[in-house]
Amino acid sequence: MTRTDFGPPNYKEMLPPVIKENYGKWKYHERVKPGVLLHVGESGDELYTVRVGSGRLVSTDWIRDICGIAEKFCGGHLRFTSRHNLEFLVSEKEKLEPLIAHLKEEGYAVGGTGHSISNPVHTQGWIHCHTPATDASGIVKAVMDDLFEYFTDWKMPAHCRVSLACCLNMCGAVHCSDIAILGIHRKPPTIDHDIVRSKCEIPNVIAACPTGAIRPDPKAKSLTVTDEKCMYCGNCYTMCPGMPVADPVGDGISIWVGGKISSARTPPKFSRLAIPFLPNNPPRWPEVTDAVRNILETWASHANKHERMGEWIERVGWERFFSLTGIPFSVQLIDDFTLASDTYRSTPAFKW
Amino acid sequence: MTEDSKTPLLDQLEEGPWPSFVTEMKRAGEKNEMAKDLLHQLEKSYKNKIGYWKHGGIVGVRGYGGGVIGRYTELPEEFPAIAEFHTFRVNHPSGWFYTTDKLRQLCDVWDKHGSGLTNMHGATGDIILLGAPTDALQPCFDDLAEIDFDLGGSGSDMRTPSCCVGPGRCEFACVDTLDLLHDITNEFQDELHRPMFPYKSKIKISGCANDCVASVARSDFSVIGTWRDEIRMDPDEVANYADGNMDIQAEVVDLCPTGCIKWEAETKTLTIDNGECNRCMHCINLMPKALRPGKDQGATILVGGKAPIVHGALMAWVIVPFMKMEPPYDDFKDFIRTAWEWWDENGKMRERIGELINRLGMRAFLKAMDLPPVPQMISAPRANPYYFWDPEEVK
Ligand code: HEM
Ligand code: HEM
Ligand code: HEM
Ligand code: SF4
Ligand code: SF4
Ligand code: SF4
Ligand code: SF4
Repeated sequence: MTRTDFGPPNYKEMLPPVIKENYGKWKYHERVKPGVLLHVGESGDELYTVRVGSGRLVSTDWIRDICGIAEKFCGGHLRFTSRHNLEFLVSEKEKLEPLIAHLKEEGYAVGGTGHSISNPVHTQGWIHCHTPATDASGIVKAVMDDLFEYFTDWKMPAHCRVSLACCLNMCGAVHCSDIAILGIHRKPPTIDHDIVRSKCEIPNVIAACPTGAIRPDPKAKSLTVTDEKCMYCGNCYTMCPGMPVADPVGDGISIWVGGKISSARTPPKFSRLAIPFLPNNPPRWPEVTDAVRNILETWASHANKHERMGEWIERVGWERFFSLTGIPFSVQLIDDFTLASDTYRSTPAFKW
Repeated sequence: MTEDSKTPLLDQLEEGPWPSFVTEMKRAGEKNEMAKDLLHQLEKSYKNKIGYWKHGGIVGVRGYGGGVIGRYTELPEEFPAIAEFHTFRVNHPSGWFYTTDKLRQLCDVWDKHGSGLTNMHGATGDIILLGAPTDALQPCFDDLAEIDFDLGGSGSDMRTPSCCVGPGRCEFACVDTLDLLHDITNEFQDELHRPMFPYKSKIKISGCANDCVASVARSDFSVIGTWRDEIRMDPDEVANYADGNMDIQAEVVDLCPTGCIKWEAETKTLTIDNGECNRCMHCINLMPKALRPGKDQGATILVGGKAPIVHGALMAWVIVPFMKMEPPYDDFKDFIRTAWEWWDENGKMRERIGELINRLGMRAFLKAMDLPPVPQMISAPRANPYYFWDPEEVK
């Protein structure tokens, strides 16, 4: 019998010596250049970090490649970030430039620190999920090819976090990103009554619908959907395989802007709907890459230094956001789903 | 039969400077039929603009209720190698630090049993091993256990918690995020591996208010490091920043949200009225050599964050303004257990704890947690007169 409940590998065994020695005793850091951080300990020890973008969906051979690099330059240690980036940790300064040269030669993408776009957090899409309204990896690849200069350079006034989720389940919780790309369905589920009868627990399916659009159909021992109430979330399909919502014509992309996580200067913010629908146009989704670039560059050219997307929009006003970006305003952008919890505090930044 | 299939659409995603997942799928496909069929099914999705994965059939490994996600293609005749293509969620080490030995062992196990494709990492933090047939699950887990990799969470359990790099490499960390994460992950192994809650429950830990793991948006229990005393300052380094190319008045003072910093350019003196500071991190972010968090460190605990399903997205709310965070972290563990108990007792199926607080009211939650109401919990008091009294209070 296999042992169970032994927990993850102990991080202490994974840390490079320079981190063990300076653990909790880092004094300050500098942003050396795009993609490179320097951390200095109380001891005077130096640690250089070189950040590399990854496609997130990687083969074991890719992992072996990066292990080879870490063995050559970093004593066999490396780490990943919360945004799917890879980081090489260099404690000997003379190895820094050779490492960077090697990475560039091999075609790795060095960048993503400071005032640049970091790797977009993203999800599975058509590669491995049952509810997607679009692909994830493909759009991220297309958007990052297009915006590559913003990953490798510091050309923006502040951080800009781009994220993608392929349906409104939002694995990866994209709802607080500077720019969020979200797959959406636009048609109510089609009901396969045989599957509903044989595989689904009808009360649970009814309860799962956020808008109360599903009602029992006792005659058919199945369900009906009131189409006008359905906002195509696919919750019913997660509960019941007889109610698919995906549809090549109905499915596509929405764009949300102005979200923020950190409490620096202003509290965290939700991203707000800016573009309600763009078509799925694989393999390069030109409508999406154009829209993202337009929003990013409009912000970058108008915002003050250190001003995130949402801070800039709050200062200039949403009406100005729409006039500057040229994005048409439509009725879908006006909220009609209520959540009244906004008087609770969502920031740890408050006074004692 | 897939030999002569072509992937003209996906091939276009091998061009361009950003790393290509298509190239990775092809590399894995050279050695592995599953990866090859996956590539061809994806090409079909690109052509027809729809996915081909099915929701159905419970799979797993002995002793665990979660950690493996079942997946079956809708097109098993066309793509037989991925007829069963299940995912492992493997619990990552704190801070995503690895030795290359460890990663190489993991690659060997995955090449032996699965598709050779992975996500480093999933959005929750796990290592995602993407695609193995049902028969391979138990042997694969046995081999993973052999090299000390355990599974993460899925379904209605505690999901794999995650944390920022913290004291490993960040001078801002007010909590030992890596240690706290490792400790609670081990403490809550049962909750991680055996789904028994109304729905999923997530814990994420950030060392400061920059919140680099986005805990406030993505976790039911968000731990964010902070301090209670005064920002530490090195006046010489402040002067150095001023002599460099930083406009301290414009970039720091004018952007301080509480207006509690003053800068005298002639004398190069910076003063902070710490009593009025809300510890937002902005000034420290800009001048890490000169300013540091205070020494009386701990964490703010926020509860209720989640993505939209079912009743809309929520950001977590301040519940405990300050808690000391030192091993063995008993106060924190008690807090989590009490909150889980209340949620387990009162939550409906698929109701996250934030939604339950919304439904039953903050007052019910505070009562269950035996916590006093304080103004740090709200951004404003109520604006409506519909409030309630306990008969006990009316005497
Ligand atoms: C200058 C001070 C800062 C330092 C030293 C710092 C350090 C870091 C580090 C080490 C990571 C990687 C963490 C990990 O993945 O485990 C990270 C990620 C992140 N940081 Fe910060 N951070 C700083 C300021 C900020 C600020 C001001 C924000 C937001 C306004 C921010 C937002 C984020 C986000 C969203 C991530 C996600 C990961 C990524 O980009 O790869 N950070 N930060
Ligand atoms: C009619 C019976 C079923 C019900 C009521 C049901 C219900 C649910 C619910 C409520 C979720 C969301 C849970 C979560 O996000 O963790 C979910 C997710 C999921 N379900 Fe089902 N399900 C059913 C059948 C199945 C079957 C037979 C499979 C077989 C593979 C399946 C695969 C999944 C997967 C892969 C997820 C995502 C899991 C995750 O996020 O960790 N479901 N299901
Ligand atoms: C509440 C509604 C949600 C549902 C029903 C849901 C369902 C699913 C399903 C079905 C998958 C399987 C995809 C596959 O086959 O590989 C999945 C993957 C995943 N989900 Fe969710 N999810 C939800 C929300 C979230 C949220 C809010 C997060 C994170 C903050 C998250 C994190 C993940 C992660 C890490 C994976 C693994 C693959 C990846 O990173 O893309 N999920 N989820
Ligand atoms: S966001 Fe939606 S479609 Fe994408 S992986 Fe998550 S549940 Fe699946
Ligand atoms: S798709 Fe969502 S809103 Fe529409 S019926 Fe299903 S659960 Fe209800
Ligand atoms: S959350 Fe704070 S302590 Fe943690 S890595 Fe980010 S800046 Fe550092
Ligand atoms: S931490 Fe924020 S509130 Fe406090 S002094 Fe610095 S900028 Fe002002």
